[in-house]
Amino acid sequence: MIRHSAKTLCAIAAALAGIAAAPAAHAGKTIDAIKARGQLACGVNTGLAGFSAADSQGNWSGLDVDICKAIAAALLGDANKVKWVPLNAQQRFTALQSGEVDILSRNTTWTLTRDASLGMNFTNTTYYDGQGFMVPAKGKIKSAKQLKGATVCVQSGTTTEKNLTDFSRANKLDIKPVVFEKLEAATGAYFAGRCQAYTTDASGLASTRNKEAKVPADHLILPELISKEPLGPAVRRGDDEFFAIAKWVVFALIEAEEYGITQANVDQMKTSTDPVVGRILGTGEDTGKLLGLDKEWAARAIKAVGNYGDIFERNVGPKSALGLPRGVNNLWNKGGIMYAPPVR
Amino acid sequence: MAADTFQPIAPRTAPVRTEGLVPWIRTNLFGDPMSAVTTVVLAALFLYALPGLANWLVFKAVWATNPETCQAARGVGACWGVVVEKFRIIIFGRYPFEQQWRPEIATLAMVALLIVSCIRTFWRPWLVLLWIGVMLLFFGLMSGGRFLGIDTGLEAVSTDRWGGLPLTIMLATLSIVFAFPIAVLVALGRRSKLPAIKTFCVIYVELIRGVPLISVLFMASFMFPLFMPPGVSIDVLLRVLVGITLFAAAYMAEIVRGGLQAIPKGQQEAADTLGLTYWQTQRKIILPQALALVVPGIMNNFISIFKDTSLVTIVSLYELTGAMGLALNSDADWRPFKIEAYLFIAAIYFCFCFAMSRYSLWIEKRLNRSTTR
Amino acid sequence: MTPRPPPATRREWSLRSRAVRGMLYQVIAIGLIVLAGWFLAHNTLENMRVRGIQSGFDFLGQPAGFDIGETLMPYESSDPYWKAFAVGVLNTLRVAIIGIILTTLLGTLLGVGRFSRNAIVRGLCYGYVETFRNVPILLQLLLWYLLLTEALPDAGSPLSAFGIAFLSKGGLSLPAPVWAAGHGWGLLGALAGAAGAWWYAGRARRLFEATGKPRAVLLPAIGFIVAGALVGWAAGGAPTEWRVPVSGETSVTGGAEVTPEFIAVLVGLVLYTSSFVAEVVRAGIQSVPRGQVEAANAIGLQRGHTMRLVILPQALRVIIPPITNQYLNLTKNSSLAVAIGYPDVVSISNTAINQTGRAVECIAIIMAVYLFTSLSTSGFMNWYNNRSAIKER
Repeated sequence: MIRHSAKTLCAIAAALAGIAAAPAAHAGKTIDAIKARGQLACGVNTGLAGFSAADSQGNWSGLDVDICKAIAAALLGDANKVKWVPLNAQQRFTALQSGEVDILSRNTTWTLTRDASLGMNFTNTTYYDGQGFMVPAKGKIKSAKQLKGATVCVQSGTTTEKNLTDFSRANKLDIKPVVFEKLEAATGAYFAGRCQAYTTDASGLASTRNKEAKVPADHLILPELISKEPLGPAVRRGDDEFFAIAKWVVFALIEAEEYGITQANVDQMKTSTDPVVGRILGTGEDTGKLLGLDKEWAARAIKAVGNYGDIFERNVGPKSALGLPRGVNNLWNKGGIMYAPPVR
Repeated sequence: MAADTFQPIAPRTAPVRTEGLVPWIRTNLFGDPMSAVTTVVLAALFLYALPGLANWLVFKAVWATNPETCQAARGVGACWGVVVEKFRIIIFGRYPFEQQWRPEIATLAMVALLIVSCIRTFWRPWLVLLWIGVMLLFFGLMSGGRFLGIDTGLEAVSTDRWGGLPLTIMLATLSIVFAFPIAVLVALGRRSKLPAIKTFCVIYVELIRGVPLISVLFMASFMFPLFMPPGVSIDVLLRVLVGITLFAAAYMAEIVRGGLQAIPKGQQEAADTLGLTYWQTQRKIILPQALALVVPGIMNNFISIFKDTSLVTIVSLYELTGAMGLALNSDADWRPFKIEAYLFIAAIYFCFCFAMSRYSLWIEKRLNRSTTR
Repeated sequence: MTPRPPPATRREWSLRSRAVRGMLYQVIAIGLIVLAGWFLAHNTLENMRVRGIQSGFDFLGQPAGFDIGETLMPYESSDPYWKAFAVGVLNTLRVAIIGIILTTLLGTLLGVGRFSRNAIVRGLCYGYVETFRNVPILLQLLLWYLLLTEALPDAGSPLSAFGIAFLSKGGLSLPAPVWAAGHGWGLLGALAGAAGAWWYAGRARRLFEATGKPRAVLLPAIGFIVAGALVGWAAGGAPTEWRVPVSGETSVTGGAEVTPEFIAVLVGLVLYTSSFVAEVVRAGIQSVPRGQVEAANAIGLQRGHTMRLVILPQALRVIIPPITNQYLNLTKNSSLAVAIGYPDVVSISNTAINQTGRAVECIAIIMAVYLFTSLSTSGFMNWYNNRSAIKER
């Protein structure tokens, strides 16, 4: 009888294992795991227009999405070899820690706590943002300092809660937060009129207003930014090679904009005699070898998604649906603070 | 002798009728003064509210898939256009649009299997084979691609795209099916005389029953990955399924234990006299009787688990409730009509659960026919 | 001839002995469990080490850094995490206790209503039970919250009753007394009055059994409690200050506020659980033998008295275990408040997990809280069950 039950247990376990997708990987070697899987597992938002959102056919687009595509193009040779894993605010860190995703490209703010104690490393900042408030345009509130005693809808599990509290305390506003688990519940409550304001990153406010408000002009984004929110991708600690690749792909995209390499003219630029362009595109020195990639790594990335400027314009720029100005996200020599270390 | 004609006496007045509509109304609606007053008040309330409600629900409702028409009829007629428009996303979640015939067939097969399993004439050994077959069909159709080593020729769809009604039915059915053997073992273990096994079973049942399902789901979705060796990642659907299965097994263990307690001690003693071993006794004598007793309880558990699958929306699996949120939250035109969409989903759940509870009552009566006098 | 001593008993360590097999199974079972436990613990520690995740409960002493929307006790964002958790537990208990009381009342009414002589009342109770039982609780909570936030007017122009109570999307604002020492004395006085009412009820029952003359119990009991409260309040200085809500331009300030989240959670949970309680009460009433009702009719008791004095006390035996289950379900279902923004302990724990990364510790805290609540509720109900068990000869 013991043998019988053991056999049944083994059968059940085997059946369960058959359903599970369990890519057994060498511990810590992310690149091997990605190559074995054939796809880069990219953790993205469940639906934030302009950063990472899927249309009804399941095609993902956005700034964070383009970063992942660039890394996949550099590492695997094809920007479409990405497995998109939508994560909500609560699951995102454990998903990265546990290996469910290789890189978290989910408009995540770079803070000391997250860098030091959650077992992750932030690669770079792809969007310098700040937290703001959105209120109905026809209300009396025109500045964040007027939010005394107001109810503000906020999503749980984000830096937004803490910043709201700090702002409220510093300015003695006694703000009452209404905290929701899911982003849709928070925005739904604001648009239904439960709260007087909604708070999140300014880019998120623009995205939400555009996508979810019946008449976007009925809602006003208050001018004050109450915190610094540098958004960027993050990888797990303990794998320096993947960390370097992820970091330098983004730096290459920013450098490409500095030197005028766009998605359209990559092939043309390959014939350029500028040694800096040659290093980026691999026609001069082979910088890819030092990262463990081939020499066309940056060229593939730029051809897949364009340079940083192309990415910005397409997803969140003034001509896109979000209509955000380039502002501080412009290159360092054009009035912004995007400064990439040289690819050399 | 005078031939007197028969002079019948006058007929007595008929007794008060107790059968028929008017007597029924008299006793049940106007039986005593209090009852009469209640009837009048409630009838007045109905007459006041019913026309408005009927208009809102049916007569003045808008069926066109046009948000402007719906907005114009706000407050006067329900907008069932939102249901017509968003029907596919609500029922099938984020499954790719052109491939939605696959979850459709899979769901129908699963529902047919459940109905067949409920009919007593089909309780034969080959039912098990049918279950295995339909399960393989379900998973094969839903996932496509390479399934268990065979190339199905269908486009592969990863489990995070599964959603809506198929996901609800699949989670409920699979968790009950897998929870059942665990529950029987735990119930037997709780009644065993071996202290170690009994303690473990008691701890398991009391621990799981003492915490809400939502914390079991959070644990499954946050902590499961930490419990696995580094590098091994388990599908999120599997994690949620394991969580719900363990939860269902704890409740079902208590139900089975109630059935086991109802078996008279004489059965065990007679089995001992015959020299049957522990497992032979359980398999041939005790469990068949106990399980027949607890079928209604198991049906109740199935109904609760079916309703509890709506909680997986909190760990971002888009079953029926979550799929509705998905459909409407990003669509500002249709968002004002969330109430109609909610009512639609509530109606779906109501149909399933009501049918199951009626079935449970019926099967209880059938199984107890031998004992009713 | 002396009889030979009996042969020494030989211990047979054979697998045919049930005792030996039992020992073997237990050893195997313990071994498997310990192995599984070690496997899980080892993996967890290894994963946490590799990822650099810190562990331990020391984070409970650090400042929380987040505000909580509604609290029963004073709380600042600079308070430590354990205080935030305590606020969450209080919020959960607030919903649970008020919910249990309301559910019992409503469920009993509905259960008794199934036996009403009026067919419309019977039909309504049946319809209510079937409707609310067969729709998932999460869906009901979301529906109620949606109704409350969509149908109520804006916070700037609320519905008002007598100009001192307001209802709007921002919640319900009622006038409340300003808490002073006098109110504390008033509460103590009410408790003393309740003790007096208990004594009086016992005395009335003893007199009834001795002489056969029934004494009124309900009104004097209420009188005791009210008198005690008034005496205590007067002794404490008779404070009369009230906080009256005032409707401002954008919101209502002042008074005691009840948020729409709390109302939605309470209403949703009460309506859902009371349908189950109604079924439990109905089953209990049906379990009382018909002879009891007939005997009560024979001695001339009215219907209300029959129900109250004869049927319900006997039905309590059958009602108490399943109703305990429903109370526990209500407490556990209150954890769903996280979906509609009510800051119960699960919601606060989620925030804590995200800010500190200590998923294992926080989830362990939640499970401990619910386990403690469940065990104490079932312990209390078991005591009540034993107390109301029929003492047979």
